[in-house]
Amino acid sequence: MTVAQLLNNLDVKLLSGKNDLNKKITGFYIGDMLSWVMAKAEEGQAWITIQTNLNVVAVSVMTDISCIIIADNAEVPPDTLIKAEEEGIPILQTSLSAYQIAIKCAGVDAHG
Amino acid sequence: MIAIQRSYAVEKNDFTKAGEVSSNIKKIMKQVGVEPEIIRRVSVAAYESEMNIIIHSYGGTIDFMITPEYIKLVACDRGPGIENIELAMKKGYSTAPQNVREMGFGAGMGLPNIKRCSDEFIIESEYKSHTKLVLVFKQSM
Repeated sequence: MTVAQLLNNLDVKLLSGKNDLNKKITGFYIGDMLSWVMAKAEEGQAWITIQTNLNVVAVSVMTDISCIIIADNAEVPPDTLIKAEEEGIPILQTSLSAYQIAIKCAGVDAHG
Repeated sequence: MIAIQRSYAVEKNDFTKAGEVSSNIKKIMKQVGVEPEIIRRVSVAAYESEMNIIIHSYGGTIDFMITPEYIKLVACDRGPGIENIELAMKKGYSTAPQNVREMGFGAGMGLPNIKRCSDEFIIESEYKSHTKLVLVFKQSM
C-alpha cells in the first residue's frame, strides 16, 4: 500500500508532503515516546501518534518512516509542517483515535 | 571512499534546530553510499546524542568521521556531567524535565538506544564537568 492509497481509504486530511505520496507503507507503528519509536519502528512503516512537535519529523527521517498519522485531531504546529514538507514526510491528520486508525488500517492492509 | 570529517556545535535547549546535525550526518552517509542498515544505526545514535546535549547539557559538539573501515561519532558537552552513569544507562531511567517529557522525550531510552546501535560504545562523564560519548560503527567493505 502507498501513502496515496491510505489517504483514499481513510478519513484523513493531508497536511504536508503532497509530493511524497507514492511512498510504500510496509506496516504500522503506534507510539508517543520518541526514543521508543526510534528503537522499535521499522523502515517504511506509517507512524500513528499524538505527538506533533518539530521532533516527530526528525524521528521520521532518522528511522525512514513512510508517513505520520496524527490521531485525535491533535493540532500540528506550522513549523512541524514546514519541516515535514522540506524533508518529504507526509503528515496525515484525523479525528480517529490511534486504536480506530489501527483497526481501519488493518482492513485496508488486508485488501492490498 | 575518501575520509570525511565534520564538526557541529549543538546548543542547549535548541529544540527548533533539533535533529539538524543528525539529518546532515544522514545525508552525507547517503551521498557516499553507506549501507542502509548502518545509516539507520548511525542516524538513531546521532539523533539521540544530539537530543541528549540539547536536553541535558550546557551545550557541546558532535564530531563525525567516515572512513572506508568505520564511522565514528564523538559527542562531547560542557557539563554538568552525569551523576550516576550506571543509572543513566538503565532502560526507563530519565532525568528529563516535565516540559521535555511532554514533547515525547524522557523515555529513558536514549543511552540504551545509542549503545544498542553502535559497535563500540564508550561513555566518559565527570559530574560537574562534562560527558563524552565515543561511538564506532564498523563498515563491512
